[in-house]
Amino acid sequence: MTTEAALRSEARLASEQPVVLSLRDLTVSVRTQSGLVPLINQISFDLRRGETLAIAGESGSGKSITSLAIMGLLPPPAVRITSGAIALGDQVLSALPEAEMRLVRGNRVAMIFQEPMTSLNPMMSVGAQLIEAIRAHSSLSRQEAQVEAIAALTAVRLSDPARRMRQYPHELSGGMRQRVMIAMALALKPEVLIADEPTTALDVTVQREVLELLRDLQAEQGTAILLITHDMGVVAEMADRVLIMRSGRVVETGEVRQIFATPAQSYTRELLAAVPRMGQGGVAQPRPDTAIVADLREVKVGFDIRGGVLNRVTHRVHAVEGVSFDIRAGETFSLVGESGCGKSTIARAIVGLVPHQGQISIAGQLVGTMTAAMRRQLSTAAQIVFQDPMSSLDPRMTVGDQIAEPLLIHGDQDAASRRARAAELMQKVGLTAAQLDNYPHEFSGGQRQRICIARALALTPKLLVADESVAALDVSVQARVLALLQDLKQEFGIAMLFISHDMAVVENISDRVGVMHRGQIVEMGSRAQIFANPQHPYTRRLMDAVPVPDPTHLRSTSLRPTDEIISPVHRKGTILARNTLIEVTPGHLVAVEA
Amino acid sequence: MTDAVATPGASSAFRRLLQRKLALLGLALVVIIVGAAILAPLIAPFDPFEQHFDGLSLVGEPLPPGAPYLLGTDLLGRDLFSRLLYGARTSLIIGVMANGIALIIGTVIGITAGYFQGWLGSILMRFTDLMMAFPALLLAICLAAIFQPSIWIVAFVIALVNWVQTARVIYTETSALAARDFIAAERTLGASTPRILFRHILPHLVPLIIVWGTLGISTTVLLEATLSYLGVGVQPPTPSWGNIIFENQTYFQSAPWLVFIPGFAILVLALAFNLVGDALRDVLDPTLRGSD
Repeated sequence: MTTEAALRSEARLASEQPVVLSLRDLTVSVRTQSGLVPLINQISFDLRRGETLAIAGESGSGKSITSLAIMGLLPPPAVRITSGAIALGDQVLSALPEAEMRLVRGNRVAMIFQEPMTSLNPMMSVGAQLIEAIRAHSSLSRQEAQVEAIAALTAVRLSDPARRMRQYPHELSGGMRQRVMIAMALALKPEVLIADEPTTALDVTVQREVLELLRDLQAEQGTAILLITHDMGVVAEMADRVLIMRSGRVVETGEVRQIFATPAQSYTRELLAAVPRMGQGGVAQPRPDTAIVADLREVKVGFDIRGGVLNRVTHRVHAVEGVSFDIRAGETFSLVGESGCGKSTIARAIVGLVPHQGQISIAGQLVGTMTAAMRRQLSTAAQIVFQDPMSSLDPRMTVGDQIAEPLLIHGDQDAASRRARAAELMQKVGLTAAQLDNYPHEFSGGQRQRICIARALALTPKLLVADESVAALDVSVQARVLALLQDLKQEFGIAMLFISHDMAVVENISDRVGVMHRGQIVEMGSRAQIFANPQHPYTRRLMDAVPVPDPTHLRSTSLRPTDEIISPVHRKGTILARNTLIEVTPGHLVAVEA
Repeated sequence: MTDAVATPGASSAFRRLLQRKLALLGLALVVIIVGAAILAPLIAPFDPFEQHFDGLSLVGEPLPPGAPYLLGTDLLGRDLFSRLLYGARTSLIIGVMANGIALIIGTVIGITAGYFQGWLGSILMRFTDLMMAFPALLLAICLAAIFQPSIWIVAFVIALVNWVQTARVIYTETSALAARDFIAAERTLGASTPRILFRHILPHLVPLIIVWGTLGISTTVLLEATLSYLGVGVQPPTPSWGNIIFENQTYFQSAPWLVFIPGFAILVLALAFNLVGDALRDVLDPTLRGSD
């Protein structure tokens, strides 16, 4: 990054670039029985060459509908453009027949999606898919297309591109797959790249690399990027201009610095205020002197992989490898780490959903091979709230019945008293008793997560495990659910195990933190110790990678190639190197690589 | 919020069923067919077993539809309409009984294998695969040869052959359901296995069971026809829609109505059950409430 003056001249330069994509009063409606209902309303913007425009908003704001409308991919026949126009250069896309639109798609406007696994064909090698995409839009021969494809893979900084060409999507990591998607999108040098939540499904460290790659490629090729995202951190890092959307309408639009520094609309201010930020954790509290609720000693979880003619165990997935920690009543302990580090496996082991080795005791009860009675007993001690509120409620049962069900299981035979308790719990989590007879699909994501919390609290557990419980929620909803969890923790004095990949959220909610990497804890200590004084290089890397919702924030640019796929699968009988934790200051443990 | 949502139950589901035109049509057809089968002795103009002296043309061919034989006569000069009415009894008993037994066996095996997995699941599903690979007709002939043929035995034999597809489908669906978080949540709440199976898994399988149940009716009726034709099904002269077709197929060229009319009856029966089944599936699903 350069000085203010240079930035300002850059901005002036950008505004002199030609407009490549422009939307004028675009309205997209869905046909329902009660007539046409607009999904997006009168959206207008211009996108210039070399510019990044971010469309930010929460789920249901219409940002993805906007991108689908530009691509001509609106689901027919119910959803269609009812007024307004989309122009790419001097071509009006919204009036183009499908046959001509197909020539534009991929060639002049390309798109990358959120989920790189499902956007690639698992039955075709990466090379074959790239070559197919290139040849669909050019008259190149197979050999020429192959050369182009390798060049595209090289451009996205994939190591050993010739070998990648022969690999299949499942052989690549999530970050590598998204790079392939970007290579495919950019191979034809489109004028506009639409990136719809391109890094949402990726780990933070991988997200960092993909964002930097997009920025580099934009500088090289001058592509205009339309970035669709819900993450204000990503907006601050990537965008030149921002368009804030809410329920299908533009709330505010402007230069990224202006939006972050002096937002004009109250909705923008609320949205920015809800974003969890690092470095805002409160003052350090001494550890409470209460009873230990959860005690884990040398916990190991592994899954066997069978193979060969005799179906013998050949390999073993070492998901969790010797983890020890304890949580006291009234304390929040967070486990943070990237996907596949074993944090959710620990959560499932604690509530008895996966078998483990080592010792887990919850409120004095050992978790392990349990009889039905012991399992019922454990359920009054530890409860879990899962990540996806959509799938963790039974869609065919009213929420009232579901909240009351644990009471019925545990012997409360009186329907009226169960219902009264369910109503009380609904009010505790900020819903009303009148909603008890509704089904889960009648609630929003945040409300559903509140229902899950109410159900988990019905048995007044000693320990509440929150397994990525806010990850699927919009930021403003996330902030409210986090506040609810804090309140409930204080009211009931329960211990909480908070599992998350989001460093900023963890800093805001935890008393103590454990950082996990490849099945082991690499650093553990109080919130202040971890966030003010991170000792382990992995902890620092995680913290550096978090996008900062501040466009003036300067960061060191270092593109690290992470092409190695770290696999927790090992041949049967392999003994893994175990980290030893060393206490650097009282209560602050840091791993020394064995 | 309407009353229907506040008090979900069989009565409101039935009321919503009556609001659908196609469902009403299906329901009406089912009532007509069942009514005709029950009231066959009252409706039938002739004895279904009597070979009428004037039931054949001078060259010995079946008579076309007309008076006095409404739908014509079959190759032995019996009244086709009367035989169809009595045949409806056989076909309905087979269609409903055999299918019901097959559904129960298939669902129990599918749920057990899908929810428990492990060695129990492997054994059950390998057995299902074995049954699937075995020629169904051969199996049915063997079973029918062992037991003394009667309509109930035929229904039972057909059920033993027909449960495999249901088991496969239920197995796949159950294993997908068992992996969902709400089942994990139930387990952590201390819910017993029967509770999870009956309160949380079975309700999700109901649409699938209904679809397979209604689709199975036509398959079952046809399988009974095949068995009857091979002499191990319903014994002549007892009529069933299937064996009417097979008895008369040699006259297909000169008297096509003998095959078309019972064939059409089977089609209408299957269609009627399909319409009712589809509608039932929709009205029983709370997540579709208000979307139609």
